Amino acid sequence: MSAPAPIAAGLWTAEPRLIGGRGADGRIRFPMPEGDAASGFESVALSPTGTLWSWTIQNFEPKRPPYQGPVPFAPYMVGYVELPGEVIVAARIVDVAEPRIGMPLVLRIISFDDARSTFAFGPLS
Amino acid sequence: MSDVCIIGAGIHPFGRTAGRSGRDQGVFAVNQALADAGIAWGDIQFAFGGSSASGAADIMVNELGLTGLPFVNVANGCATGGSSLAAARAAIASGEFEIGLAVGFDKHDRGAFDPKPAEWGLPEWYGEAGFMLTTQFFAMKLQRYMALHGISRETLGRVAEKAFRNGTLADHAWRRSPVALDTILNAPMINDPLNKYMFCSPAEGGVALILASEKKARELGVTPVRLKTASVRTRPPGSFEVFAASIDVDRGVSSSVLASRAAFEAAGIGPADIDVAQLQDTESGAEIMHMAENGFCADGEQEAWIAEGRTEIGGLLPVNTDGGCLACGEPIGASGLRQVYENVVQLRGTAGARQVPGGPKTAYSHVYGAPGISAVAILER
Repeated sequence: MSAPAPIAAGLWTAEPRLIGGRGADGRIRFPMPEGDAASGFESVALSPTGTLWSWTIQNFEPKRPPYQGPVPFAPYMVGYVELPGEVIVAARIVDVAEPRIGMPLVLRIISFDDARSTFAFGPLS
Repeated sequence: MSDVCIIGAGIHPFGRTAGRSGRDQGVFAVNQALADAGIAWGDIQFAFGGSSASGAADIMVNELGLTGLPFVNVANGCATGGSSLAAARAAIASGEFEIGLAVGFDKHDRGAFDPKPAEWGLPEWYGEAGFMLTTQFFAMKLQRYMALHGISRETLGRVAEKAFRNGTLADHAWRRSPVALDTILNAPMINDPLNKYMFCSPAEGGVALILASEKKARELGVTPVRLKTASVRTRPPGSFEVFAASIDVDRGVSSSVLASRAAFEAAGIGPADIDVAQLQDTESGAEIMHMAENGFCADGEQEAWIAEGRTEIGGLLPVNTDGGCLACGEPIGASGLRQVYENVVQLRGTAGARQVPGGPKTAYSHVYGAPGISAVAILER
């Protein structure tokens, strides 16, 4: 079985680490800007660990398009994860039964559907 | 500088009106505002207006009359109405015009909005992976705020309960039945911590306001409500807004804080001077957070404020006296102007069963929307 393709190119490294962009003012954003907007941004591999900044559960099925998740729909957890001193990123949160703001999390690549993978954060252990 | 005045106000009831287009609801509101001011369409020297989903506002001249007036279409997301109001105010304050119109209307499909990532400067995967939902933003902003500032779920429920109770008293509201606190708290979850009764829904409606110079208002012999200021602001660095794939670790304030400060400074008064307020309540937590962002209380004080009923119609600072977005729904182009309409009615003392007691003299309105835009208007009588 071949490895699933990333949901988009340029989001994470093989290690894996998310790829952000550091602007001339030192502020980091995610993802790395593309096209003309990338001008002045330096690509930076972000910390694979961070802490939960906020979270919610997506209990209803988003409209398609743009949503392309598996059918039938299953609720999923999303959150913002603070990568210390870098940036706070939006991500799927997995394997967390009792989310708590400030809890430590680590980056993982998970299966999104039959053919594609996406990034998420889960508990350290 | 002399004041800009609101001399006429009209509204098409919010909610669902089968067989009447969004623009026709706007025309309905304009005709009501003209009658309210005692003038004719031919007296209007200019107009600013817009909708999000119901087309260009200037097409209204087909029904209202081909007088040749300049009519500027405004498209500024949730701040469309607020931006029209600010532009109309500036047109009169400049001295170039004496009387004009700000109008907004909309008619949205049922269900959550379905924005397209590219139109918001976002990559396609952001939508494909299931992040392109305004409800997630509101839930996550609130989730963190509740944890940091000790806001309880019961308080979220009380805000929704108040909205539906106030809505029963407003002719233009959509939700006209009270909902018990228990029912609210036990409703199905949409995005934790917010459930079905705590989110507003896309809806339909139209609002029109007629603005005039002080001199013109005097000539017409109407008792005006003064529009002291109308401020519109976009997001500063470090703010947390709808549709953010990332947020700065160096945290900043919101566009609402900027708009609020600018408005109070321009009006020369402070939050303690306000007698009634309409605050953006896309969901019940938004009303709570916006109380602090607009300077009415410190972060965390809302828990006591709401437990003690200070934001009720008879309270220290009545908030969302017509039930707000929760009871009226949110037709994007009209929603911000509805807040100002409600404030005009309250300052005139003609709000009937929902009238704020004691003759309110100052009123505040605040609208917020994607991708980080806020508009604040302060009225006085």
